[in-house]
Amino acid sequence: MAYAAGVDVGSTQTKAVIVDEKGAIAGRALIDTGANVVAAAEKAFLLALETNAITDEQVGYVVGTGYGRFRVTFGNSQVTEISCHARGALKMFPATQTVLDMGGQDTKAIRVTPSGEVVDFCMNDKCAAGTGRFLEAAAYVLGIPLEELGPTALRAEKPVPITTTCTVFAESEVLSWLGRGKKIEDILMGVHRSIAQRSIALLRRVGIVEQITFTGGVTRNAGIVRVLGEMLGTELNVSEDSHYTGALGAALFALDQIAASWRPAAQREPGP
Amino acid sequence: MNITAGIDVGSTYTKAVILGADGELAARAMVNTGFRLAEAAADAFHRALAQCGLAGRDIAYVASTGFGRYQVPFRDVQVTDITAQARGARYFFPATRTVLDVGGQTMKASRLDERGKVYSFRVNDKCAAGTGAFLEKTARYMGYGVEHIGPLTSTSTNPVTISSVCAVFAESEVINHLSEGQTPADIMHGAIVSLADRGLQLMKRVKMEPEFTLLGGILRFTTMADVIRDRLKQAANVPPGDFAQYTAAIGAAILARQRLEKLRASEAAET
Repeated sequence: MAYAAGVDVGSTQTKAVIVDEKGAIAGRALIDTGANVVAAAEKAFLLALETNAITDEQVGYVVGTGYGRFRVTFGNSQVTEISCHARGALKMFPATQTVLDMGGQDTKAIRVTPSGEVVDFCMNDKCAAGTGRFLEAAAYVLGIPLEELGPTALRAEKPVPITTTCTVFAESEVLSWLGRGKKIEDILMGVHRSIAQRSIALLRRVGIVEQITFTGGVTRNAGIVRVLGEMLGTELNVSEDSHYTGALGAALFALDQIAASWRPAAQREPGP
Repeated sequence: MNITAGIDVGSTYTKAVILGADGELAARAMVNTGFRLAEAAADAFHRALAQCGLAGRDIAYVASTGFGRYQVPFRDVQVTDITAQARGARYFFPATRTVLDVGGQTMKASRLDERGKVYSFRVNDKCAAGTGAFLEKTARYMGYGVEHIGPLTSTSTNPVTISSVCAVFAESEVINHLSEGQTPADIMHGAIVSLADRGLQLMKRVKMEPEFTLLGGILRFTTMADVIRDRLKQAANVPPGDFAQYTAAIGAAILARQRLEKLRASEAAET
């Protein structure tokens, strides 16, 4: 049995996915990227192999993606995260035409054709507002763990408007609302709406066509998923594997390479 | 009595100035703004009063300015920071035609006509990378406080290029530079160069012309003004000592005095 692998080295977390010959996920792993990017890529790959006791030798091709894709030293080639997210999103949700990818330090809106061709994309990696960092900053000043952000925001009854754009200024805005006695959940809902608004602005620039598939680390935040759905007036495709979309896409590109090098027996050189 | 006061409630500091009966600078005081703006305004005001041995009832007119100007319950009038800064700049440098004001959470450039009236201005209050907060963040990422910025940059020999794109993403940039062996002094200097360039962009957008006057707390340290002068290849005024931080409060007190004189004149005409 031959396998293919994709390793997505993100600014915050590194994801690895192993797929079998049919493109089904056979192993996956997620770890913090940390300072040693090369080691993180290797570790995520080995952990993904372990999930199904697959050996290194069984993997025929490895594709690296994400901002650290050139640091995947054992990778056979690299593919941009735009292509990988589009490919992975279509695999998970075949009716996808628009992809929103929210990562730790950037957010991307991608338009794809049903055949998987990227027609347009727009990216924010210049400003922390509208990326996962904005949520992280809010979590930090409010002193609550990242994974509780969404559930807390969803308990809001009277959401507070967050009017500043910049993450730095939003930190002081959050503190001043706290100082005025507002509830944490109401402030957090404001933070979630603010980041959703900025993502929708990015989506509009590529055109919003259903179905919309949401990918990246922020998909684990139920608050953002709900707020985006309400503001867009449609449900977004999200699955438990959404965090792995880029790595899955990379693994599928790797699988293409294995398939391309395989030729029917009749075409091979005859043996002695 | 014609004693007036100007209170400038800024995002970071609140400044109060008292102008004496002859229009002279009688006292000045500064406190951290915090989240209780009215309290900060009262605190700064009382500190300034104590300095010149006056009481609140001795002050004939109070003008407030800054982002928290509506939060000053004892004010008689409020004026915008653009107007107050223009007056303050002219108080020190009467030929000023372009003002750059670098605040903790805003940066403003304005153009004045020959009489000192503001006829064009541009403001950045949307992005921390173009305000004093950028320097504060850069210092903090390296484990320094705001008070270290000046001493630190004075030892720099060769500024590191810092992109001015985002004050949050600057953190990883700063950490990269440190791990490559760059010194905090050179990194801090680089951040000031980056902020100075943003200031120059804003000045270009108001079609700047000399004389230039630079205001705001960061101008207490000479580096920022030096970079701007170097880029402009021209002179640029900076009020002496810590006055660069008080110009808006001084401008407000001057406007309070003018307002008072006008009111007295119209009262006199009626009787």
